Amino acid sequence: MYGNSLQYITKAQADYARCIDDDRLEEWPSLFHGPCLYKITTASNYRDGLEAGIVFANSRGMLTDRVSALREANIYERQTYRHILGLPSILSEDGAKVKSETPFMVARILQDGDTSIYATGRYFDTYEIVDGKAQLNERTVVCDSSRIDTLLALPL
Amino acid sequence: MNKIVLPPDTANSAPWPEGLTRVPYWVFQDQSVYAEEQRKIFQGPNWHYLALEVELAEPGDFLTTNIGDTPVIVTRDTDNEIYAFENRCAHRGALICLENRGRHRKDFSCVYHAWNYDPQGNLTGVAFKDGIKGKGGMPDSFKMEQHGPRKLRIAIVHGLIFGSFSEEVPPIEEYLGEEILNRIERVLGGRTPVVLGRFTQVLPNNWKLYMENVKDSYHASILHLFFTTFELNRLSMKGGIIVDESGGHHVSYSAIDPEAVKDVDYAKQQLRSESEYKLADPTLLESFDEYHDGCTLQILSVFPTFVLQQIQNAIAVRQIVPRAVTKTDLNWTYLGFADDTPEQRLTRLKQANLVGPAGYISMEDGCVGGFVQRGIAGASEDQAVLEMGGAEANSSESRVTEASVRGFWKAYRAHMGI
Repeated sequence: MYGNSLQYITKAQADYARCIDDDRLEEWPSLFHGPCLYKITTASNYRDGLEAGIVFANSRGMLTDRVSALREANIYERQTYRHILGLPSILSEDGAKVKSETPFMVARILQDGDTSIYATGRYFDTYEIVDGKAQLNERTVVCDSSRIDTLLALPL
Repeated sequence: MNKIVLPPDTANSAPWPEGLTRVPYWVFQDQSVYAEEQRKIFQGPNWHYLALEVELAEPGDFLTTNIGDTPVIVTRDTDNEIYAFENRCAHRGALICLENRGRHRKDFSCVYHAWNYDPQGNLTGVAFKDGIKGKGGMPDSFKMEQHGPRKLRIAIVHGLIFGSFSEEVPPIEEYLGEEILNRIERVLGGRTPVVLGRFTQVLPNNWKLYMENVKDSYHASILHLFFTTFELNRLSMKGGIIVDESGGHHVSYSAIDPEAVKDVDYAKQQLRSESEYKLADPTLLESFDEYHDGCTLQILSVFPTFVLQQIQNAIAVRQIVPRAVTKTDLNWTYLGFADDTPEQRLTRLKQANLVGPAGYISMEDGCVGGFVQRGIAGASEDQAVLEMGGAEANSSESRVTEASVRGFWKAYRAHMGI
């Protein structure tokens, strides 16, 4: 099972990164299944057990609202991300439930071409393996730094 | 303050006109202005937010922060009192403490030459002070009690720790005034806050552009679609602003009036804010009645760089730290309270989406200062216009006013002597 889980999760990670980087944000909520939880926090808050997130969503509806707000409401300069993901580590397997940790690096490209490393960190994920697919239930994005440049618009 | 004054060291720049309705752009651009602010405002007779008392709950707890450029250590000593002193060794000026926060600290030792300080900032030890085998060491004339980092005066207001380098700063109650004190008490009085998270938003602009934004009740429902559409805040709602006598502190508040008919003045402006945007998960905005006064929003600022925020049940303090002329750290501390039920805590976590670096409301405040900073790049001779609501800096029942922004400049100019 272990080998297959890693393969399924790797595919799910790649799909997730392409979804955001290709600006298909409307599809992003559909990458979450079951009891959805998505949170962005920092390594220091995570270590100290502080609950609040920069983004906190405990329903797919809240993810949909994030996307609608970015498309319809919020003002920010056009920008894109490039996610570079490291190899997932399987932290635990309990039946079909698999927990993993995956390192990421995200470059942000502004419309004038200015490109910078915007965030580095880890995804702490819970997946359910269903019919040869890793379905994302929970993702806690733990940024290494506590400093966010200007604003965080697009999801990580 | 009403005389025409040239900016320091930039004799070619445009003078600051009389009154409070114009702000010359050089004040956001000039390195010598920045240096002057460090002396006259940040080291001057003002109170600066340092931390929450609950962040230093036990003797031995400590944290480091900044007042403007100046690094500061804040401690709770074994006498249970709060102390703060400059994070600078009295020997050769190195940082004494390199950590953000910690516990069980009995003393602080500079890593450079191990000069040692107690939690009150007193120099208690100098390595090899008496030399080795009678050779070397400090001269007899060196007295440890004559050396040490600068100590701050401390004042605590409803669990907020403020510090000042100045001996001339008035007592905090006098500095804030009764109205501002009452509005702090409204949010924090008699309660035990719990830190839910800490985030730093790095703003690409001068610190004063962020303070203007905080005090600007005119922009809120125009720039922030989220506020307006969901009736968190509309200029036509009940509410108002309070500007203290100095001009430097303000409160903007509003209360939802569910009986009020949809205001036609809004539709007439054809603002971007009038969209048909709806939430897929409206539980984001399900609040509990925390203050029993109908007030859904209260933004309070203390001159020069502190903000206390209540947006529904999203409570936070914001500390603004200038890092350079065009770079500012905005330190968010999200709060709950010790007696929150699990449901109330979840409400706060959800409503935290409104604020911070990714906040539905505040993300725009993170970039709009940068838009100004970039917009004015070639216009240091020109001036911003602050005429909305008149020319004064007084409290008002209307929030269609820039009175509290003018108040900021009134206090700023008084401190800077320009």
